[in-house]
Amino acid sequence: MKRFMAFVKKEFLHIFRDYRTLIILFGIPAAQILIFGYAVRTDLKNASIAVLDNAHDDVSNDLTLKLEASDFFTISNHLSSYDEIDATFKQGKIKAVVIFPEKMASALTREGSATVGIIADGSEPNTASLVTGYTTGILNDYSSALTQQLTASLPVINPEVRMYFNPNLESHFMFVPGVITLILILISALMTSVAIVREKEFGTMEVLLVSPLRPWQIIIGKVAPYFFLSLVNVIVILLMAWYVFGLPVRGSIALLIAECMLYILLGLSIGILVSASVDKMENAIFISFMALMLPSLLLSGFIFPIENMPKIYDYVSMVLPPRWFVEIIRAIMIKGAGFAYIWKETLILLIMTLFFIGLSAGKFKIRLGEGGK
Amino acid sequence: MTAVEALNITHRYGRVTAIDDISFNVNEGELFGFIGPDGAGKTTLFRIAATLFIPAGGRMTLFGLNTVSRYRELRNHIGYMPGRFSLYQNLTVEENLNFYATIFGTTIKENYHLIEPIYKRIEPFRKRQAGRLSGGMKQKLALSCALIHKPRILILDEPTTGVDAVSRTEFWEMLARLKSEGITIIVSTPYMDEAPRCDRIALIQNGKLLDIDTPGNIRQSCSHRIFAVRHQKKYELLLALKSVPGVLSREPFGDAMHVSLHPDTTLEQLVRELEAKGLAGVTATEIVPGIEDIFLELMKREA
Amino acid sequence: MTEIKKVIEVEGLVKRFGSFVANDHLTFDVYKGEIFGFLGANGAGKTTAIRILCGLSHPTSGKMTVAGIDAGRPEEIKKRIGYMSQRFSLYDDLTVNENIELYGGIYGMTMKEIRQRREELLTRLSFSQYGEMLIGSLPLGLKQKLAFAVAVFHDPEIVFLDEPTSGVDPITRRQFWEMIYETASRGITVFVTTHYMDEAEYCDRVTIMSEGRIVALDSPAALRGRYNTATIEELFVKIARPKTETA
Repeated sequence: MKRFMAFVKKEFLHIFRDYRTLIILFGIPAAQILIFGYAVRTDLKNASIAVLDNAHDDVSNDLTLKLEASDFFTISNHLSSYDEIDATFKQGKIKAVVIFPEKMASALTREGSATVGIIADGSEPNTASLVTGYTTGILNDYSSALTQQLTASLPVINPEVRMYFNPNLESHFMFVPGVITLILILISALMTSVAIVREKEFGTMEVLLVSPLRPWQIIIGKVAPYFFLSLVNVIVILLMAWYVFGLPVRGSIALLIAECMLYILLGLSIGILVSASVDKMENAIFISFMALMLPSLLLSGFIFPIENMPKIYDYVSMVLPPRWFVEIIRAIMIKGAGFAYIWKETLILLIMTLFFIGLSAGKFKIRLGEGGK
Repeated sequence: MTAVEALNITHRYGRVTAIDDISFNVNEGELFGFIGPDGAGKTTLFRIAATLFIPAGGRMTLFGLNTVSRYRELRNHIGYMPGRFSLYQNLTVEENLNFYATIFGTTIKENYHLIEPIYKRIEPFRKRQAGRLSGGMKQKLALSCALIHKPRILILDEPTTGVDAVSRTEFWEMLARLKSEGITIIVSTPYMDEAPRCDRIALIQNGKLLDIDTPGNIRQSCSHRIFAVRHQKKYELLLALKSVPGVLSREPFGDAMHVSLHPDTTLEQLVRELEAKGLAGVTATEIVPGIEDIFLELMKREA
Repeated sequence: MTEIKKVIEVEGLVKRFGSFVANDHLTFDVYKGEIFGFLGANGAGKTTAIRILCGLSHPTSGKMTVAGIDAGRPEEIKKRIGYMSQRFSLYDDLTVNENIELYGGIYGMTMKEIRQRREELLTRLSFSQYGEMLIGSLPLGLKQKLAFAVAVFHDPEIVFLDEPTSGVDPITRRQFWEMIYETASRGITVFVTTHYMDEAEYCDRVTIMSEGRIVALDSPAALRGRYNTATIEELFVKIARPKTETA
């Protein structure tokens, strides 16, 4: 135990004396949370739009106020003719123009319908579809309310769409679990593999092997600090998500932490496997990045929904731990789901962990090599 | 008693044979040197001894314990210093030593007497990170770390390479002292001039042992008489020697050329020939061959 | 030596890193065609001095000319020198021929010139059969000899060799020194550092540095005589041992 503690202490000294390790450990997670949370947004906040009101009646005024009142839009231009639309778009400040037709209110009462034009800036397809979606939503709300008033006596079926779990379709609800998933695999796999391979490169591993320390003691001594620091990271990320974005953990925090520990363990075992397979730090970094980071980012469903991918990618993603972990963490954080709902994913991660531990235990040698090999 | 017994050790990397059927014994308490250039197989051999490699063929025992099957017991008795000083660059001198002491289940205090003469030289810098030490200081710290658990055998792989002559001399003085404490030491070096510091030496080249004996016996094993020939113009002397009949070998050795002659050629003939080639004032004296003379001769014989 | 031409002139050269004085008022001259040995303990300031002489680092103060060029024009100095160290050798994944072409090209030689001199060189060293081989596949000794040949390929006025023979077997070491002698006989000045004390004896003159200062500078024989020691090694241990050990 004393030997083990000495080992862990040494490992912490390495980490705290190397500012690059510290940056990767704590700087990158914080930066990723902020970048994904603020910069890369798929929800809408205060998008500039213009209004061309040809009606100037109660209905168009009401709708204009509703658009303005929503958090999604800011009306930056009030246009007076169709001719101004093109020029306004070209200035590039607005994302869409909402056009109310002439005599809108009377058309609604007399004919029961009116057409509102929405022209969106198609050069940003993503934003454009969001803008039209949100605008349509507001219009639908209004027209259903109106319908109810007018035909109060008749039973009317009103479709009411609500985004469950994430009523405002806020994207950091999606990104925070994704970032946690990514960071944990990065830190646990990359950092441990580099830390172990560094000892090989500097020749210190030789002396450790010759010492009475058992290989598993060396390995556990190397990874324990990273296990601990990864947990600290999870907590930091959750606290940031809470304070900065107001993202709650709806489910059990204990369950969330337990799942994170399992996932960290999985990352560590992959890191050990990588370190057992290479002798140079740059190779460890390369493998960790290419084999873990990129597929995790692209195929885990964190950025691109798996449902939209060709089937083959779906199958590929099944062998990637992040895919399952993203689901677990989303279920706990956003849906507030209990263990009963995620036991399948948990089991998959557990099996993967045991598999990698077994594999790396087999690969990690008590020696440097054998003759004739 | 025998400390190390190696029998027909062979080791290969892919198709390259690094160690080719090497056998030797090292007695307990002996300071045993492996002398040879880079790529001779010294590191491979030492890693086998340190239980880090399983040899492709043959067997090695330390204190009667097989390095392959009994490695776990052996690892308590080995102090190993790999080719590059295995220090943690961003740990301080003291932290490095403490770490190695703890993982070997001991404390600095317990064996301080053993490392004191070495460690006290670097103790003033104990708060300095190992990466910022000079080569000589790193070497002393690495030796202290290898010694801290009072091993029965020290396996030192090129401890003096890349270290200046002053530190090297000091290092050999330290080894002599450790030997007097009864510790068996096997050490490798590419510097031939360090050979006389060892009780016995093995000359190693291309994975083969050229010779094993005491430095004194090896020096007497030379098949030719060796003459040191000197002249101010060294390069002209070297070129001239190439065309003097009866010269078997001519090797630059510092300020002199070491020359061996055909038995029919006399020293006087040689001097006369050289003077005739315009090297007036050339001198030649017979010398006792050094380890390097022998090494050169053995290398040529192998080739 | 009837006409002695100086190729390196150094006077009062000082290099400071913060409060640490790495080179403390170095003054020495090196002559054309000379083999000049540069010895010193680790951390004595050798590497710093060589970096300054090669135009890689600026002196804090003092005067220096290398190949007739003032320290203020390092780019001109670099054109007139060759450099080889144990660490910086040839590219392992290029062939012998490609390496030579690369270095010739770097020094502004034409392809025709390079081809012609390359053939001469490989023939002279009897390396012709290695031309198309990757450097990485050659034994260490051969690589070191080639690296040296490449360092003087563009006929520099001075070549700096930083521990060129480290770890090389005794036969190759001697062949290497023969190459050094041959180079010097062509009028190229050889400035060499080594940890092998017996190699110091091969030099025309040696300098011994300790703690940033030059503590001895003369021919090996004169030094041995002056300090009454049998070898340069003995002399080195006697005078180069620092009073206090520093990093």
